[in-house]
Amino acid sequence: MYLHIPFCEEVCPYCDFAVVAGRDQLASRYGEALVAEIRAATAWGPLDAVNFGGGTPSRMPAGLLERILQELSSRFGIRKGAEVSLEANPEDWTLQKAESLVAAGFNRVSLGAQSFDAEVLSYLGRRHTPAEIVGAVTAARRAGFDSVNLDLIMGSPPESASSWSETLRRALETNPDHLSTYALTVEPGTVLWKNVRAGACSPDPDRQAECWEEADRECARTGLVRYEVSNAARPGHHCRYNLSVWGQGEYLGFGNGAHSFRDGRRWENLRGLERYMDTVEAGRSPNRRFELIEGWAAETERVLLGIRRRAGVRSGRAGEALWKSPRGRELRRAGVIGLHGDRLVVERPLLTDEVSRAILALPQQESAGLGKVSGLGG
Amino acid sequence: MASRSLIRNFCIIAHIDHGKSTLADRLLESAGAVSQRDMREQVLDTMDLERERGITIKAQAVRLDYEASDRRSYVLNLIDTPGHVDFSYEVSRSLAACEGAVLLVDANQGVQAQTVANAYLAVEAGLEIIPVVNKIDLPSAEPERAAEELARVVGGDPADTIFISAKTGEGVDELTERIVDVVPPPAGDEDLPLSALIFDSYYDLYRGVVCYVRVMEGSISVGERVMFMATGERRDVAEIGVLTPDSVPVGTLVAGEVGYLITGAKEIDRVRVGDTVTSAHRPTVVPLRGYTDPRPMVFAGIFPTDGDEYPRLREALEKLQLNDASLQIAPEFSQALGFGFRCGFLGLLHMEIVRERLEREYDLDLVTTSPSVAYRVTLPGDEPVEVRSPADFPAAGREMVVEEPWIKALVLVPPEHLGAVMEILTSRRGELGPLNYLGTERVELTCRLPLAEVVFDFYDRLKSKTRGFASLDYEPDGYQPSDLVKVDLLLNGSAVDAFSAVVHRPQAYAYGREMVTRLKDLIPRQLFDVPIQAAIGSRVISRETIRAKRKDVLAKCYGGDVTRKKKLLARQKEGKRRMKMVGSVEVPSEAFVAALRVRD
Ligand SMILES: Nc1nc2c(ncn2[C@@H]2O[C@H](COP(=O)(O)OP(=O)(O)O)[C@@H](O)[C@H]2O)c(=O)[nH]1
Ligand code: SF4
Ligand SMILES: [Mg+2]
Repeated sequence: MYLHIPFCEEVCPYCDFAVVAGRDQLASRYGEALVAEIRAATAWGPLDAVNFGGGTPSRMPAGLLERILQELSSRFGIRKGAEVSLEANPEDWTLQKAESLVAAGFNRVSLGAQSFDAEVLSYLGRRHTPAEIVGAVTAARRAGFDSVNLDLIMGSPPESASSWSETLRRALETNPDHLSTYALTVEPGTVLWKNVRAGACSPDPDRQAECWEEADRECARTGLVRYEVSNAARPGHHCRYNLSVWGQGEYLGFGNGAHSFRDGRRWENLRGLERYMDTVEAGRSPNRRFELIEGWAAETERVLLGIRRRAGVRSGRAGEALWKSPRGRELRRAGVIGLHGDRLVVERPLLTDEVSRAILALPQQESAGLGKVSGLGG
Repeated sequence: MASRSLIRNFCIIAHIDHGKSTLADRLLESAGAVSQRDMREQVLDTMDLERERGITIKAQAVRLDYEASDRRSYVLNLIDTPGHVDFSYEVSRSLAACEGAVLLVDANQGVQAQTVANAYLAVEAGLEIIPVVNKIDLPSAEPERAAEELARVVGGDPADTIFISAKTGEGVDELTERIVDVVPPPAGDEDLPLSALIFDSYYDLYRGVVCYVRVMEGSISVGERVMFMATGERRDVAEIGVLTPDSVPVGTLVAGEVGYLITGAKEIDRVRVGDTVTSAHRPTVVPLRGYTDPRPMVFAGIFPTDGDEYPRLREALEKLQLNDASLQIAPEFSQALGFGFRCGFLGLLHMEIVRERLEREYDLDLVTTSPSVAYRVTLPGDEPVEVRSPADFPAAGREMVVEEPWIKALVLVPPEHLGAVMEILTSRRGELGPLNYLGTERVELTCRLPLAEVVFDFYDRLKSKTRGFASLDYEPDGYQPSDLVKVDLLLNGSAVDAFSAVVHRPQAYAYGREMVTRLKDLIPRQLFDVPIQAAIGSRVISRETIRAKRKDVLAKCYGGDVTRKKKLLARQKEGKRRMKMVGSVEVPSEAFVAALRVRD
């Protein structure tokens, strides 16, 4: 279950999510729209994982988040022991807010730390200091969150190798349960993209590879196990919501721009905030762009998503076809893919997209025996 | 049948874009040959490609009925000629069908290389030349200067020049009168055995080969059995006629007349431009002068990007050949590019046109290797062999004599750019000839140089170094021995045949260096390190390494954007379709030509 909270203080130069800045006054109206959308949804549940993402959910008043959570609980039911997570930015994360969120039922927080280097933070347009990250982790712990995640961004042009080592060191020093390390990506349409087009430095993929390798080593050394290309966790603390996506599991998304996947269909909500609210308030569905994922498309998608995990994916028809294809042979020879029992595993995760493209390039097979996706995939 | 004294056979010769086709349109209009309804711009350029590129590829002929100021009705046969150097043989055949030539020059641009080259051909062919300055309507026009230059080229009085605007029609009547006045009526004797010159031909899906002929002696009638002297082909005349410009069949064409001839022949190869048609029963003894086999000068490999398209490529090339006797094709296999064809072209423009038509009209996705010339290689104790592909060139170290084709180039350039032109020519092994000043604004420079030096990026350099003011024309000028070596390029340790090139030995090192650097930029990083080497035989002269790709993965892929990320990956995958696998290395199609484009 995904709930989108679009509000941010400012839009960061690299961000391409459906977000708005300086519109916090719309929060309660938006909250009501979410509640209305939840009420109108078809039956489902009980839920194993609830994730409030954004945007910056921590900008919403705790009471409003609680109200939405309650609505989810009464509409679908939340399983005992479920992961109830939200994203938060260090600058608006206080002990008091953390405590009320725990009381409301949240047990996991994902902090947008990004870097421990003030220069990098400023390049990224972030508004917090390294010290505030440490404070935010302490507050989350004190309030009683079971799981604390830090998000880091690696390979920004102003970030030196030693700066990244230092960021990693200080992040790990806070003893997080989960660490996400994302390579800075220039997404079309963002401010960063415009700057790069106008001649600004773009991230160097070789440097990012080095950052990634260092993170992989350092996490392993401190007991965090990398379970996906960009994610590592202490045992038992992996993000269940994301794992379910990579396992082709079903999910519902609420809020502007949120995506859902259910019964072999994927759809997307209206992206514009105002249009989303107007539509829901008028009692109409905000769901758009339905897409049926079945047959060969579903099979390749299963493999495409699954190979992002360290454990790989059940090989199945697409995996076997890849394995036998000429490109597959080259990927094997270069040590990019391997077979562990019946599981296809990407042994050089930094080259995962090479594998993805090879899968998409496979000749389409007829879909006999390949049904719609249902329930959890491989 | 018009009385011979009332016939005028003439052509218009000009540098490209000086207005030949536009003038032809005006003449057609004024003679009422084409009704206003049918009148579209440039009636004579029939191929779409021609109209689009504004060039005339195939010569054609139109008959105009013109009532002159002397109240007599004349038959004007306008023979259109191609304007580009690649087709100079066809130009010369068209000229041979005429008694007069309108030498057209743009008032703005003045005399250019093809003006001069074509004017010389016309003088050689003994034609009456009418100097005409066109585009006088342009505000920037300098008609007097252009007239001066023309007078220097053909050696006349600038006062004899006619000033026109083919666009507005101004001066065109005066020109038509002049044609009637000064172009001699055709000679010839209707009672002699038939000899008719084929000055153009094309393939028509329904009628087979249609040839344009000028009857020089005798007469030709429907039903008669004729012989094509160069090929020995014998056929019955199925139809003859004149073009107005629609085909109008007639029973007979006699000496002095121009028209078309259809025999039902299907192979354009059997009915060649420049050949003489005679009567099978009463043949003439001597064929008309000047026939030569169409001889390709430039060669390149054409391969389908997708190997499965080979049969379609063959079919398309064969169809183009129906209309183009000068296009030669031979199947070729490249280890790097698979099955394709080695094609021979008259020149670079010809190659460009063929490639474009294949891609556009036949929707083929092609890899074209960089153009080369035909070398004559003699190994000790052997006959000379012609080598048309660098891949077939003997490896370095063998004792052999290599000859390469040379050309005689004519460059026209304003004096301020002369230095730049001379520099380019000498850097390309050019042997400079004398300079000839055509007035103060233009110098004519002749130069001998190896054709191989012209086939890559020569025009582009000439244009860029002279800000577009230089023009070039050339003709073949024999073969001569040369110190040439084959430079191979190795990817990941194996030579890629499609990248091999034959290079003048003193340039081999610089060439190898350049190629290795360019390939390093052009070939994307792979899953492993890829060494690139340039070698002469087994001696490596340059090397670089493309480092293995280290990171190729999207940072995030969450529920929100599965569809988007999938689309992104699929687009990148599409991009890969334009890649060729060479061994285990992915090479973008452009690399095969682009690598060889810029050389200094
Ligand atoms: N202004 C002006 N433009 C002309 C005149 N004659 C031709 N053109 C233009 O010059 C260009 C080349 O003409 P075209 O007849 O295709 O030249 P060709 O290559 O010699 O056949 C075209 O854009 C014509 O419209 C003229 O008398 N005046
Ligand atoms: S805070 Fe997060 S969601 Fe908001 S703009 Fe920045 S990166 Fe985007
Ligand atoms: Mg033209």
